[in-house]
Amino acid sequence: MPDTSQPPHREPERRPPLRHALRSASVPALAAVAVGGAIGALARYGLTVAFPASPGTFPLATFTANTLGGLLIGVLMITVTEVAPGLGRIRPFVGVGILGGFTTFSTYILDIGRAANAGATALAVVYAFATMAAALLAAALGMFATRRLLVRRRA
Amino acid sequence: MILLLVAAGAAVGAPARFLTDLVVAHYAGRFLPWGTLVVNVFGSGLAVFLAVAVTDADWTALLVTGFCGALTTYSTLSYETLLLVENGRWRHALWNVAANLAGGLAAGLLGFALAHLLTA
Repeated sequence: MPDTSQPPHREPERRPPLRHALRSASVPALAAVAVGGAIGALARYGLTVAFPASPGTFPLATFTANTLGGLLIGVLMITVTEVAPGLGRIRPFVGVGILGGFTTFSTYILDIGRAANAGATALAVVYAFATMAAALLAAALGMFATRRLLVRRRA
Repeated sequence: MILLLVAAGAAVGAPARFLTDLVVAHYAGRFLPWGTLVVNVFGSGLAVFLAVAVTDADWTALLVTGFCGALTTYSTLSYETLLLVENGRWRHALWNVAANLAGGLAAGLLGFALAHLLTA
């Protein structure tokens, strides 16, 4: 029995041109992301000066940046999606720029590799999972607290 | 000087992440956060490669701390994972975390091996 559940011919899936997808990357938005990214990265660099990394010890600076950045992204995203949608325009600067530049995945991987390379395998594993758990918990806390404190109950 | 180099690298890395996410989402959709996975895996491999191959502190500040640091992100990874959890998509959330970690480590190993091959 031929399968008659399918329509005889399907419309080919049509994807709009790429330039439509790039519309949100206006020059002001790109500039806001660039400036925000620089600010966030400088703050992250400041943490590495405050908590210098030494081989075989817990990489506190990157851990702090990624955990604090998780908390702040949770607060920001609930704020711009549920508390004050009018603030959505600050997302490229604050979210993509500052928090994206402040947090880092590449240094996290570098930290894991350095610990493993120094023979501190247990530290590498603990750091890898501790960062993942702390960043996710912090982001969840940021979202929960912002909803609890700022989202008005609709009667 | 170091501050300027970190800021300059990040001023390129962050917009590069923004654009990569838009381009990847255009082709792969937004059902799963592929854009963040792409920048995190690529950025991790590049960072490890550069950390081994480049010994100059200024270049490291510009390319590793600044560019790769801002090209990759942990905040968006955390938020996108929690969005999957909020939608009840626990398996996809777990996949997202595992794919970033495994992909980043694999890319890092590749960068490590490549840098040692090229600088040997």
